[in-house]
Amino acid sequence: MTTAGGGVRELSYAEALREAMDIALASDPRVILMGEDIGVYGGAFQVTGDLVHRYGEDRVIDTPISELGGAGVAIGAAMTGLRPIYEFQFSDFATLAMEQIVNQAAKIRYMLGGAVSVPVVMRFPAGSGTGAAAQHSQSLEAWFGHVPGLKVVQPSTPADAKGLLLAALEDPDPVLIFEHKLLYKMKGPVPEGHYTVPIGKAAIRRPGRDLCIVAGAIMVHRALEAAEALSAEGIEAEVIDLRSIRPIDRDTILDAVRRTGRLICVYEGVKTLGIGAEISAMVAESDAFDFLDAPIIRLGGAEAPIPYNPELEKAAVPQVPDIVAAARALAGGRL
Amino acid sequence: MPEPAAAAEDNRPYIIRAYGPDALRGALLRMFLIRNFEEAAEASYMRGLVHGTMHLSIGQEAVAVGACLGLTESDKITSTHRGHGHCIAKGADVGRMFAEFFGKETGYCRGRGGSMHIADPAKGNLGANGIVGGGLPIAVGSALSAKRLGTGAVTVCFFGDGANNEGAFHEALNMAAIWKLPVVFLCENNRYGMSTSTERSTAVPRVALRAAAYAMPGVTVDGNDISAVAEAVDAATARGRAGEGPSLVECLTYRWRGHSKSDRNRYRSREEIEAWMARDPIPRFAALLVAHGIMSEDEVRAAEAEAERVIEAGLEFARAGPDPSVADLTRDVYTTEAP
Repeated sequence: MTTAGGGVRELSYAEALREAMDIALASDPRVILMGEDIGVYGGAFQVTGDLVHRYGEDRVIDTPISELGGAGVAIGAAMTGLRPIYEFQFSDFATLAMEQIVNQAAKIRYMLGGAVSVPVVMRFPAGSGTGAAAQHSQSLEAWFGHVPGLKVVQPSTPADAKGLLLAALEDPDPVLIFEHKLLYKMKGPVPEGHYTVPIGKAAIRRPGRDLCIVAGAIMVHRALEAAEALSAEGIEAEVIDLRSIRPIDRDTILDAVRRTGRLICVYEGVKTLGIGAEISAMVAESDAFDFLDAPIIRLGGAEAPIPYNPELEKAAVPQVPDIVAAARALAGGRL
Repeated sequence: MPEPAAAAEDNRPYIIRAYGPDALRGALLRMFLIRNFEEAAEASYMRGLVHGTMHLSIGQEAVAVGACLGLTESDKITSTHRGHGHCIAKGADVGRMFAEFFGKETGYCRGRGGSMHIADPAKGNLGANGIVGGGLPIAVGSALSAKRLGTGAVTVCFFGDGANNEGAFHEALNMAAIWKLPVVFLCENNRYGMSTSTERSTAVPRVALRAAAYAMPGVTVDGNDISAVAEAVDAATARGRAGEGPSLVECLTYRWRGHSKSDRNRYRSREEIEAWMARDPIPRFAALLVAHGIMSEDEVRAAEAEAERVIEAGLEFARAGPDPSVADLTRDVYTTEAP
């Protein structure tokens, strides 16, 4: 983390994101915000809040409900001198804009032989737990992690949310930020002023000798809660916060596997063909494989759409008891 | 840019009134260049020198050249899969274009893009696009930049009749209109989206009618008449530069060749193709220039010979270029190498 100094306050994740955008709007006239209801409404999750009153409708632009077109406008603006931050109201709506994100933003630089860059930032409120059911609760970050040309981050703390957003704005390429909706109200220490968190670097949130849990976004917090419970039983779990899934911090993950010999991948996206599959394969293809004392466990989303009923919804994604149970099984060698 | 409007009693065609002799001679040369470029590209394909397919715009040259005639280098265009003409009309170097066709490191895209992705940002060409309708929102973004940054530039967004049924078309036109952006949506209606005619694909008889849904002017012109194209586009760019918002210009034209190299022309008749070939926009413009004393017949022939010479030199440059190194396969995926 590079910091500009100053104090540290408690801010919510949403407030930290807003502060990052505030800093960017104040310091760089090229920065604009675009999205549905991000103006006087303040954004569906109140992330942009009052920014329209301070920077005006020319820079905090309410778009029509046109995700494909809106994303494309942001991309075209990024190619021609602006630094747009485009907010999708829900990450699920990225499905309406796949063409522009995947065919255009990700590929334009390469297709054009490096003649232009596309410095666009896109923000995606993601994840389940809000009772919004199958079309407003998905975790699609792995889809985008599959596309060369994109960078994909998923901050888990308010400080990272701010630092990664500011890093994304300084990045010359498209950066997609997946923000878990349950984190928006979570508070945490956030440094004042401008600082960045490097894209592509994981963070060890809790060291541990017996096993490592690699997680992202809300799952980091569930993993930490599980690690606390496990510690009381004498099992010391290391918790690694991915922070970025493209590029992914291979070194930090493999090093943790070499040290602990046991790996649990926890992610909210559907388990099959998800982030955990990639991490598992990364281990299997490396020398870290020789350090494994037990099979790898993947805890991912159920093979079903996210359901509405609260009990079903909880059951559809990994929860703390699932992580604790998996860790006990691994540490006890009972697999 | 066009010169100040001449006196109202001047009955000469718009292009003769609005542009000086050098600009007009240059326009004819560019039409010859486009025609010769595509014929040479096709011949190279037949000889197996071009990997993949290509989409030729032979017969549509008046649209590209007429639309770009009044643009400056700071004005932008977005182009389509059938975009060679737009590139040349916006000032691209045919040698680097051929080099791209041949997959060379010296090509516009260093051999990574091929025929469908040629761009020339230095000349304001934001690039051809392999996705029908893909360039429309990008053009609106370019116009948004121009407005916010106060550059005074307009963006001309080329698209085909096929794109007018994509959602991106409707979303882009709507946003350009509500934000009054300096963009000209330029439809090259060549009557077929691959094999499907506009009659079978489009509920309105003219694409320009769709402008009404987005509260912008929409006109349909003879796309094989360069003067009509230039007149309509110049009026639209003037409107954009004045802050009055976007326009839609539909140019009726025809592609002589098939959609791509796999096309067997099963959906249109020989009579139809020949009727359109008889309306070749290039001799038509040449005759106009001769009739108005801008060029002599000999000068027209000299321009055609000059185009052939430039094309030959371009082919020479392209053939001599180095192939990309396989070691550079992932270069330019990102601007800076991933950590």
